[in-house]
Order: sequence, then structure tokens, then C-alpha cells
Amino acid sequence: MLDIFDILGPVMVGPSSSHTAGAVRIGRMARVLLGDAPVEARIGLFGSFAETGQGHGTDRALVAGLLGMKPDDLEIPHSFSLAEERGLRFSFYTANLREAHPNTAVLEVRDAAGRTLTLQAASTGGGRIRVDRLNGVDVSFTGMFNTLVVQHQDIAGKVADVTRALSSAKINIANMSVCRDRRGGDALMVIETDQKVPPVVRVLIGELRGIRSLTYYEKEE
Amino acid sequence: MALDSMQEILERMEAEDKPFWQVVQDTDREERQVTAEASEEKMRATWQAMLESVTAYRGERMSLSGLVGGDGERMRRYAREKQPLSGAYLQEVIATALCVGESNACMRKIVAAPTAGACGVLPAVLVPLYQSGQAGEEEILRALYVAAGIGAVVGYRACIAGAAGGCQAEIGTASAMAAGALTALRGGSGEQVGHAVAMALKNLMGLICDPVAGLVEVPCVKRNVVGAVNAVSCADMALAGITSRVPVDQVIDCMGDVGRRLPVEFRETALGGLAATPFGQSVKEQLQSRRDSQET
Repeated sequence: MLDIFDILGPVMVGPSSSHTAGAVRIGRMARVLLGDAPVEARIGLFGSFAETGQGHGTDRALVAGLLGMKPDDLEIPHSFSLAEERGLRFSFYTANLREAHPNTAVLEVRDAAGRTLTLQAASTGGGRIRVDRLNGVDVSFTGMFNTLVVQHQDIAGKVADVTRALSSAKINIANMSVCRDRRGGDALMVIETDQKVPPVVRVLIGELRGIRSLTYYEKEE
Repeated sequence: MALDSMQEILERMEAEDKPFWQVVQDTDREERQVTAEASEEKMRATWQAMLESVTAYRGERMSLSGLVGGDGERMRRYAREKQPLSGAYLQEVIATALCVGESNACMRKIVAAPTAGACGVLPAVLVPLYQSGQAGEEEILRALYVAAGIGAVVGYRACIAGAAGGCQAEIGTASAMAAGALTALRGGSGEQVGHAVAMALKNLMGLICDPVAGLVEVPCVKRNVVGAVNAVSCADMALAGITSRVPVDQVIDCMGDVGRRLPVEFRETALGGLAATPFGQSVKEQLQSRRDSQET
């Protein structure tokens, strides 16, 4: 069953739900998961995004998302000049990826404090997106749920700590995945929840031992 | 409870003694766990955005490629100064479909229904009725629930993306949604809504998705007109008591089947149809050289 407002919607700036609305959402996802406004972005376009992206405003849409805009923001077409005003430097290149969805972008972003994030995401149709890689780790989430991304030390008990904190706040987990780059190194938890995760719960989780960083994407209303 | 077939919606109308729109709204409430008020509020916001997508049109805007713009204005001027073959309602349907399709190409705000490429069809048939006072907001919102329910069934049984099923899946579905919405708005029964949907889809079956240079411009903007005008004629036929011989769910399944069997050249890849004409190729090359010159 499809959400009827996926059929009658989204309300968005044209011309293409996949090449424009989806691209805005990908850009915004990168900004939110970085945790702060990016000051620099290197954007790789793959497949149809590279082929017809310019005519569809995919490039402007991605930058608009990096500036924090949503798909219905009328400023999307002017995002390049707004980026200059707000101190975001960006560049584009054509990405060579293997086995990626035809509407894929790779965003490498950095904020003023020097934090970085690399995100690969696909626009899967109708404005929906799917994040496929995060900082080199394979993931799969869509932003259709409230999403917690937790980087933590790969040691026993971290998953239990985090899920316990969520369960005591009566937050139900819809989907969840845990991946690591190597044993004992950095691990990444992606948790999609039915309820919103209030700031106090996020702070609590962020202060748990072994948690390196936590970012949170709240689904669009 | 889901929207998996037109038959199921008609059965629920009968069993629960509810109109079509109510069955769809009930499903939305259950699916998203919201109140009737919250569901209606979201639908009203969607309608407001649709209305604005029409009123915010400006004829002087051109798309990024320069291929599209000004035709909605051209149609309205012609309607003012000459006597169009189509009557007062239909001429405004044509103009509105062009306006919204062009606004979409010019990166203005629209409501994807069911996709951005087909965003002109529903407002084209509904906004003129609303603006001329032939339908109030309540009636329009109910018609939009009907449209959404039809689109959900088509999305579930077939497809609604050009990349998956060609233009018949985008403009065809939009046309079916609009035909059903108009039929319900004019007091048609559930069966009549089903016939309108079936006829609208049948009339556009096989329509390929062949956008020049891959852009949602040519022929997409004018296909919104054909989707809208088709919807009006199918609604009128259904209200006249004309029926589709092939049952509606079978038509929807058939559209999905035809879509899957369309060669990939005719599914939004810009490799066939109008995109592959000498004109289409030259536009693609021009845009490519413009891009190269910007990169260096």
C-alpha cells in the first residue's frame, strides 16, 4: 500500500520528482548527518544524474539541499548564488561507480569545525531516496523514518546500550542495521524509529561510553 | 485494509455504505495513524499548493533549456480574442494543463500527481471548475481523495513512473485519476468512476516516454493536455452511462503488463521516439556542448 500523499504529492519545485525533489533530499540528508552547515562540498554525479542532471536542475537541487532547503523551496533554482553568500564552496565531477542506481550522487562534505562526511545516495523515484553508503560503510535507509546514525567503538554492549535508552523513552525501532569497517575499529549503527527522538534522549545516547558521534534526521512531515 | 483493487474499493463502499472518497480517507487515517481532521488538513494543503501552481504561472518564464514556456499564456490569449473550437470549460482545461506543465519545467512549485511530469492533469480539470464556482472546496477535496485512491490502486497493481512503464504510466495514470475524480464530483456512482478510469487508461495505453534530451519538457508539457482532455471526455462518457467492456482492474493490470514489455528505449531513457529524432538529437548535443563549456 502506498501513502496516498506519495501519489498526490510531494509538493515540490519541478521539473522532476527523481532528478529535482530527490536530489534536494539527498543534499539535505548530507547536511543533517554532517551535523552542521557544510562549508565545502565535492559532488559526484553518476548515471542519469550526470547525463541529464543539468537540464533538470539536479546540480542546483543538491546544493539547495546542502543549504538546508526542502523540495518545495522556491529558492532551489538560485542555490548557487545563495551558496556563495552563505560561504559554501562546491564543485561537481562525473563519478564512475560500479553497480550503483542510475540516479546516484556522492557527496563529500566538510563543516567549519573540520568534520567530514561522505554519503552516497540514490534517487529511487517519486522523490524518494535511499542512502547506500556512509563514510565508506554500506547502509540502506530512506529518510521515510526518523533516523539516528551513531558512530561507535566496535566493542560489546554498544547496541544494547543504545536500544535500552530508546526503549526506556518508549521509542519503537522500525529498522536497524549495524556495520563496522574492521573488528575493534569504528562501527556504524543506523536506527529508524516510528517516534521522534527528543533532544534529551539524543544527548543521553551521545554521552554513553564508546559513542563517537550521533546525528539525527527527522522525517519530513 | 489497503487500496489494492478498484473492485475492493467498490465492495467496501457497498458494505460500509460509504462514498468512494470516504473509503480512501479511512484508509489514509489507518495507514498513517492520523485523525480525519489531520488527513483533511493535509489534503487541503495539497489542494492549496495545486491551486497556487496555476495562479503563480507567468507566461514570460522559460525553462533552463529554453524549449518550453509561454504556451499557457498563448492559449489564454487565443481564447480571449478568438473563438476556440472547445467551449469555455475545455479551453481553460487546455490552458491550465499547459501552464502547470510549463511551470514545472521552469522549476516552479507544483504537486506531483502522480509524478512531476504529469503534474498538470489534475489541476487542469479541477481548478477551472473551482474558479468558475462550479465546485466548492469540500467537493474538490473529496474529488482529490478519489483521485488519490485511484492512483494508489494503479501504483500497487501496475506502475506510475515513466522509467518503469512509459508515459501511459504517468500521463495515463494522471488521466485516470482525473477522470474518476470528475465522475465522482459530478455525482457518478462507484461503478461509473470505475468505467471512467478504465476508459481513460485504455485510451492512452501504449503511450511511450520519449523526452527530448531526457528533460521533462518535450513532449511532456503538451501530453498533460491530452491527459486532461481525455479525462473530461471519459468522465462525460461514464456519466452518460457508457461503460468499459473490459473490467477496470483488468485494464490496470494490462497497462502494467504493456509497460513492462515496452522496450527500454521507450521508458524515459531518451534513446527512442521523439528523443531519437534529428531534432531531439540536436537539442541533446547543444546541451552537452553547453555543459562542456561550463566545465572547462
